Amino acid sequence: MAVSLREYRAKIKSTQSMKKITRAMELIAASRIIKAQQQAAAAAPYARELTRAVSAVATFSDVDHPLTTEKENPTRAAVLIISSDRGLAGAYSASVLKEAERLGEKLRGEGKSVDYYLAGRKAETYFKFRQRDFIESWTGFSDKPTYDDARTMGNTLVAAFQTEESDDVDEASVDPRLAVDELHIVFTRFRSMLTQEPSTIRLLPLEVVEGTEPPAEGDLLPLYEFEPSTNEVLDALLPKYVHSRIYYCLLQAAASELAARQKAMKSATDNAEDLIQKYTRIANQARQAGITQEISEIVGGANALADAAGSE
Amino acid sequence: MAGPLQIELVAADRVVWSGEASEIIARTSEGDLGVLAGHAPLLSLLVPGVVMIKPLEGPIVQAAVGDGFLSVADDHVSILSEDTWLLEEIDETEVRRELAEAEAANDDDARHRAEVKLRLLGKAA
Repeated sequence: MAVSLREYRAKIKSTQSMKKITRAMELIAASRIIKAQQQAAAAAPYARELTRAVSAVATFSDVDHPLTTEKENPTRAAVLIISSDRGLAGAYSASVLKEAERLGEKLRGEGKSVDYYLAGRKAETYFKFRQRDFIESWTGFSDKPTYDDARTMGNTLVAAFQTEESDDVDEASVDPRLAVDELHIVFTRFRSMLTQEPSTIRLLPLEVVEGTEPPAEGDLLPLYEFEPSTNEVLDALLPKYVHSRIYYCLLQAAASELAARQKAMKSATDNAEDLIQKYTRIANQARQAGITQEISEIVGGANALADAAGSE
Repeated sequence: MAGPLQIELVAADRVVWSGEASEIIARTSEGDLGVLAGHAPLLSLLVPGVVMIKPLEGPIVQAAVGDGFLSVADDHVSILSEDTWLLEEIDETEVRRELAEAEAANDDDARHRAEVKLRLLGKAA
């Protein structure tokens, strides 16, 4: 009896220290969310001005820029999956990956082959474990992305998009795997502290529709002059727009990750409390049973002694 | 119509400076460009260099910018550059160290940024 009491006490102790850890992680996640949201708010002016500039160029020019023109027969699509570096965030990474698989199915159904680009260690291990190919992965910044991260990723992706696909197999000087016709991003949109939903946007070819507010009355886009030329402005503008969109997705994903982690850790803490309560009850019962047994042993012993004394 | 210019100097992750100004001078790919109130709508490419803003009040604001854009419309001037720093945010020893690191790592972008910062310091000195 006493052995099991000791066991229960040990279990209570370890659950308590686990609870301390999950509680701490919950609080850390909660405080970081605020920082992530501030970062997102700080990035908003740049994104807004850039979107405005891009829509201005797109509206007032009829140039066919490779980044905005749909290819006639898209055969290859790149999918960028933004997941987390660490676990303990509930179903966060799993649902992003599920969404990515769904998109992959859809693209393959349309007859396109899919190249994967991964952000976050969780996506990387998911692919490595299944021994599936991916082109490139970036890790180590999922909960606090910087603009430089977005820039690195954006440069790779834009380069892949701008590579001309060579039908000639002999001309393998440029890695043919790198030429893509479309670029999709799968990330988790931060709706609120309670809801985050995995979603997909198509980044390239560019649909400038997104984020373009319909101009208010009398607030028509002015007739810009472009210097040095429309094409050159577009050339420089679009990669930056891509960077900024990727940055936006990274920030959303970071906020979602932290919110998911906070929620997961909160329920872990609650579960630990339940367990502690349950174990305490069982331990008390075991202790009481031990005491009862000891008393009955003493009483039994005393009676036996009295009986022995009486019979003498 | 010729009121003060509304200026927004925006980096990728923050607004560096915003306010009213009477004049702004920036270096575009076509050469230095000064903007006064009433300028025609313009979208132009910036090359790494120094932007000078003459605010309505206070001293001239100087900032180092990297590649980016200048857009002018209805007396609103937005300067967008992924890398933007105000003069007072730059520390010379820091920049020299960055420059050395960039040269060691053979990172052209970083070297470029550091050089722009140094140029700004040189101008101010």
